Amino acid sequence: MERKRKRVRSLRKQRELTPVVNRTASVAASDILLFCTLRNEKVRLAYFLDYYRSLGVNHFFFVDNNSDDGSAEYLAGQPDVSLWTTDASYKRARFGVDWINALLNRYGNGHWILHVDVDEFFVYPFCDSRPLAALTDWLDMSGTRSFGAMLLDMYPKAPLEQTDYAEGQNPFDVAEYFDSGNYMISRNWRYWNLWIQGGPRARAFFADKPENAPALNKIPLVKWSRGYVYMSSTHMLLPRGLNLTFDEGGGEKPSGVLLHAKFLNMFPEKSQEELKRKQHYSNSREYRAYAKGLDHRPSLWCRWSEKYINWRQLEILGLMSKGNWV
Amino acid sequence: MGVGFIILAHQALGRVAQVAGYWAGEGHPVAIHVDARTPAAEYLELQEALSGWSNIRFAERRACDWGKFSIVSATQDCAEIMLAEFPDVTHVFLASGSCLPLRPVEELDAFLAARPGTDFIESVTTEEVTWTVGGLDLERFTLRFPFSWKKHRKLFDLYVELQRKLKIRREIPEGVEPHMGSQWWCLTRETLAAILGDPNRQAYDRYFQKVWIPDESYFQSLVRKHTRAIESRSLTLARFDFQGKPHMFYDDHQWLLQRSECFVARKIWPQADGLYDYFLGKGLTEPRRVQPSARKLEKVFQLANERRITGREGLVMQSRFPTHHLWMLKKTCAPYSVFHGFSDLFLNFESWLEKRTGTRVHGHLFCKSEVRFSGRLDSYNGCLSNSAKLRDYNPEAFLGNLIWATQGEHQSFQFGPADRQAIRRFLTDDPNANINVITGAWAIPLLHSPHDFRRIRRIAARHQAIESQFVSALKDRHCRARVQIWTLAEFLEEPMQFLQTILDERDPGNSRRLTEAPIMADLSAFGRFVQKLKNEGMNPHSVGDFTIEEQPAEKRAPVQPYVVR
Repeated sequence: MERKRKRVRSLRKQRELTPVVNRTASVAASDILLFCTLRNEKVRLAYFLDYYRSLGVNHFFFVDNNSDDGSAEYLAGQPDVSLWTTDASYKRARFGVDWINALLNRYGNGHWILHVDVDEFFVYPFCDSRPLAALTDWLDMSGTRSFGAMLLDMYPKAPLEQTDYAEGQNPFDVAEYFDSGNYMISRNWRYWNLWIQGGPRARAFFADKPENAPALNKIPLVKWSRGYVYMSSTHMLLPRGLNLTFDEGGGEKPSGVLLHAKFLNMFPEKSQEELKRKQHYSNSREYRAYAKGLDHRPSLWCRWSEKYINWRQLEILGLMSKGNWV
Repeated sequence: MGVGFIILAHQALGRVAQVAGYWAGEGHPVAIHVDARTPAAEYLELQEALSGWSNIRFAERRACDWGKFSIVSATQDCAEIMLAEFPDVTHVFLASGSCLPLRPVEELDAFLAARPGTDFIESVTTEEVTWTVGGLDLERFTLRFPFSWKKHRKLFDLYVELQRKLKIRREIPEGVEPHMGSQWWCLTRETLAAILGDPNRQAYDRYFQKVWIPDESYFQSLVRKHTRAIESRSLTLARFDFQGKPHMFYDDHQWLLQRSECFVARKIWPQADGLYDYFLGKGLTEPRRVQPSARKLEKVFQLANERRITGREGLVMQSRFPTHHLWMLKKTCAPYSVFHGFSDLFLNFESWLEKRTGTRVHGHLFCKSEVRFSGRLDSYNGCLSNSAKLRDYNPEAFLGNLIWATQGEHQSFQFGPADRQAIRRFLTDDPNANINVITGAWAIPLLHSPHDFRRIRRIAARHQAIESQFVSALKDRHCRARVQIWTLAEFLEEPMQFLQTILDERDPGNSRRLTEAPIMADLSAFGRFVQKLKNEGMNPHSVGDFTIEEQPAEKRAPVQPYVVR
């Protein structure tokens, strides 16, 4: 029932989207597709597209929420991008999920799809030697429809204002650190998914109210089928079986990580702006906490922070797993 | 001429063309079967690509279903073509479209020539087989399987169950000894011809049409009737995971495949350009730089299956979140020690133990106001925060994370009735927890408390109640932690002896005699204090039998009373 309601809702929200460039005719049956909503992220786009092209994403679907920094024009000029635009409320489209659900149900059927934000970079086992299609082929062979990748917040050693990110640069040359082992997991019995919190945001901004710390569990890679819906952001889906990306008997299913390049020099400014727009989850509680926290604590770095090397390091630390993929 | 190859293919025909072209180019005939469901255009392309070779044949296309006899029929067709059209072929090697030669074909020829008349086929009696999916072994030969295992699993299972209940059994024909094994074999011309030309072949084929997964049993059983010499092993490297699906090989497996002594490997991922380029190019001429090692290879697959089935002990993460079989699992990844009451009795217990053992000794990790890490740091390994609120939000994750993040270094911490108690269940459920308790030691700090006695009496009662709950949980038969409990009075009888026992158990055979003792709190007025609690109507039973002994004033200074010989 809930799934149907969400679907109807996304069909309604589809009307808010205006196509700018539609190159979907070039999509082949076995292509891997990426879906993303953004607003004023021009500086990130060049590296983002490069990164996912090199993994083997074949086509990009963007929803531009009223950017005024040239993001839309830049994207429209890319040969493998289809672009929609909207000036409707991000908040009332349940933070963009309704728009993406609409596009997914129109174009995603039968494809492996990646649903990420423009500051999220997908890392999976063997991603340095095997293209994304190797993973999706293997998942197909094992009859698996969804693949989990938790969000890993990355941050620089220096205070955010003192860092300098240049367009086209690998953001993790700047934000090279992460928290290796302070994550808290509980089970959401309603939708069967795990609820993960923790990391630098929990310790720096939410130590007094841990229950408000942002969710880090994500399921960004799905073999899409008409009728599936993302519930809130990429944290969970319906039908609920798609959320079972973990083993309950002690074994490890394969999983990846979304490296989160949120904390760069753009962040303080961005969080001020978002605070004014009031378009984010729970009255932008998160951004209010950041604005407050950033005044007190100029850097997220601490002496136990781990410097990022590669996916094998994340595997050893227990943040992701190869499972039985050899 | 030597060996001829059969290739059964259904996809990635470009790779088939590459491999078949290699074998044909080396002068070895190839017979190819392409599934009838593969698009005609792809098939034509393959024929086109291989049209230059006079020693390549195509069998009539059949629609092949997994686990059905059609795969055996396709194999028979190819084998018949091979034997009829290439009289010089001495051996026939069965391969699939996702197979890749690992060694030059002349090495295979030489290998077979050195073992004349030998059939290489894995052929194991049903009693010995350990790898069957769904637990079916002999029953593959005696039951009927009209429903697809992949598409209609429930019907499949029900029908098997029904036949078991009704004890319906098929007769195994005369001359067939049920054997199973890898689908990929290399048979001598004589054996293969005898199997194909068997006077009973029609009856056998009819029988095997209803056997489940006959491609793993048809040749494996009938070879036993006709062979002169059998070596029960496959020359093809193929490994299966715990669900029975084949492992794939990718470019980064080159080092692994070079360690195999097999002549052919499957399955190769069709887009593994690096593997195809290397093994059909440089790999054929280059001398091997690594020693083949079947053991190393085996280890890789074994570890992968273990990781999927049992995972890393004590790890809780996004794709390992145990909720079943909890009684079989440990909560943490390594042993750790919990000391209850020790830091009340000894003034410098933490630093003393840290120095004695060279391991990490924390204070009260579950103290209500903050997390007291060793050295009172504000954060710890894994970026754990000392915020009590963060810890209390998920205390189990906190402790699990701490033990995980400090692997290789034994952790100890203090615990007591004044701490948050939510972690208790986790501790008693965890076989890695070594819990040492001195009951009643909570009373020692109260001795010097500035509060008025009525308040002290209330605190004492509360601490005793909390401690009793913990102790009874530790004594419960379901408790999985290792536990030692003393009353304060008991412990004071031989404190050094007991400390020595604790250290010995932790590090058996490796601990030295204690020479330096921790400083004990001043207990001269303790007996009087206990009596006072009793007089106020409390029963401080957890302290044990404590007699009032007024000690002379000059002895009251903190002392290091016992230095063991």
